[in-house]
Amino acid sequence: MSEQITIDKSLRDWWSRVKAGQTGALPALLGLLVLCLVFGSMSSVFLTPGNFANLLTQAAAVIVIAMGLVFVLLLGEIDLSAGYAAGVCGAVLVILITESDYQWWIAFPLSILVGVVLGGLIGYLVAELRIPSFVVTLATFLAFQGLLLLLVGEGGTIRIEDPVILAVENKNLSVSTSWLFFLFVSGAYLISGIWKFYRRKKAGLADNLFKFWLIKALTLVVIGAAATSALTVERSNNPELVSLRGIPYVVPVILVLLVGATFVLTKTSFGLHIYAVGGNAEAARRAGINVKMVRISAFMICSGFAAVAGMIFVSRANSISPTTGGSSTLLYAVGAAVIGGTSLFGGKGKVSDAILGGLVVAVIDNGMALLGYPAGIKFMVTGAVLLISASIDAFSRRGAATT
Amino acid sequence: MSKPILSMRGINKSFGPVHVLRDVNFDAYSGKVTALVGDNGAGKSTLIKCIAGIYIADSGETYFADKKVSIGGPRDATELGIEVVYQDLALCDNLDIVHNMFLGREEKSGPTLDESKMEAMAKKTLDGLSVRTVKSIRQQVASLSGGQRQTVAIARAVLWNSKVVILDEPTAALGVAQTEQVLKLVRQLADNGLAVIVISHNLNDVFQVADNIAAMYLGSMAAQVEKSKVTQNDVVQLITTGRSENLSGAAK
Repeated sequence: MSEQITIDKSLRDWWSRVKAGQTGALPALLGLLVLCLVFGSMSSVFLTPGNFANLLTQAAAVIVIAMGLVFVLLLGEIDLSAGYAAGVCGAVLVILITESDYQWWIAFPLSILVGVVLGGLIGYLVAELRIPSFVVTLATFLAFQGLLLLLVGEGGTIRIEDPVILAVENKNLSVSTSWLFFLFVSGAYLISGIWKFYRRKKAGLADNLFKFWLIKALTLVVIGAAATSALTVERSNNPELVSLRGIPYVVPVILVLLVGATFVLTKTSFGLHIYAVGGNAEAARRAGINVKMVRISAFMICSGFAAVAGMIFVSRANSISPTTGGSSTLLYAVGAAVIGGTSLFGGKGKVSDAILGGLVVAVIDNGMALLGYPAGIKFMVTGAVLLISASIDAFSRRGAATT
Repeated sequence: MSKPILSMRGINKSFGPVHVLRDVNFDAYSGKVTALVGDNGAGKSTLIKCIAGIYIADSGETYFADKKVSIGGPRDATELGIEVVYQDLALCDNLDIVHNMFLGREEKSGPTLDESKMEAMAKKTLDGLSVRTVKSIRQQVASLSGGQRQTVAIARAVLWNSKVVILDEPTAALGVAQTEQVLKLVRQLADNGLAVIVISHNLNDVFQVADNIAAMYLGSMAAQVEKSKVTQNDVVQLITTGRSENLSGAAK
């Protein structure tokens, strides 16, 4: 009886939070579900394991850029040049490996370092000189595009043959490793969650959210198991020639980034300061927070993530070209973060939102291509979805202001 | 009257040619609420900022707990145990009550935030102030009413075993019920042993909550008197003319 009351109460607490504008990931999650059902019913290919794996590798680079963008968006700033930052860092990576014969484990960290330095430059201009980030990154957007062109050479592409870099987007964990990976991740997730509630209980802090969390966690684990089993099905057309099964390598890469970034944002004082600066920079300053440092670091992190995305681009295309990270990349990434529930006004958002939003964008892209729609329609639909999620954000802000 | 915990003697402060504070004397007592009143431009805010270390007085002496101190910056004031709650409260709407209270001074265990410890300390502080209007201390500040936000800002100020709390117009933006609630809280702070300094324009509030009234007039201290010895009329005279017949010679 009493258990029913606590679940009932936590559900009601949750619903009142939703009404107060803290919708969180709910709209994106529902959107993703609806899109999958629609495309699944219209296309026979959409819900196959092969397409699912394809979707993940297609979405990966945009997701990683969006994850980095969350840090900048949380401050209420924007980085329009993150796409080309990915291109520049990808070019650095390729050039270091193919022309300077560096090992990937030296070249990759160096390319990230380049990203961090570029981000530091943007951050300095924004935080120290107080130039609006929109203008600064519009300028760096053009500048990085030019830098990429200079690095790669006009019209040319540089191929890369490093097996490790290529494996990220093109190879999979073996079936047994895939399941081990799933068990490890879900086990760690469950144990850390239970540990947190146990410690709160020991500290004497009342909590009626445990059962609610457990339902959510178990749902996630079931989804993870379903995804793993789908990915371990043979998806090669010609299994005797080449077998294609298991989780793509890029998935663990994204998960590591997710765990790291979420840890920084939710468990450290640096993360709290990012939210504080995004919520009320003046209050943060008076509380003794080094607002400039926070701003600069956020831009550094954003471009650092872009460098990882650059590596993923390179791995997927087997090469770097002057358009890598260009065209709609950055807009998709901002769209992904916003669709996932990150506010453009700052102070609200999570890194996991970027993954969810990135999947929504990729599903539209992938599903509409499968249905044979032209690219024009695809862009218009993606734009409409972005508008819808931005309206949800705006409405929820209004809801929060009136309660 | 017992000895003051904070005593400012002969404070002068000029901004260029404008002499804003002239030989101001001001005392605050532990366990007492001292109201600082005066017309706009009388120098209340400047005096407060000198106490908080935001401005540095040109001349004059400051004594804290009988010891001569020099307040050269906000950090010095914080270290002495002086906290200011500004009129705009300086809260982050998107953070919850606990995080707002600890902002900039988080409790950590290793590299991570010690949420349990912070939550327990915040709870204890709010309980100590007899705050019962807040449903959950994990709710976002955005969802709080004006009075509750004021409460959070005050609770943040007293969290650090502070000895002097300065409140700048704490009731200016509040309705009747919430004003009552905040005034009760102000009284509670003093009863808990803190020296409370309240800037206010509302003489009703001042007479309801203060033990001491310090009235400023054109940059000087017109008088600092015990509330029981004056009427509202006297205080109005002090604020508008800098003098009051009833008080001639009674207070300096």
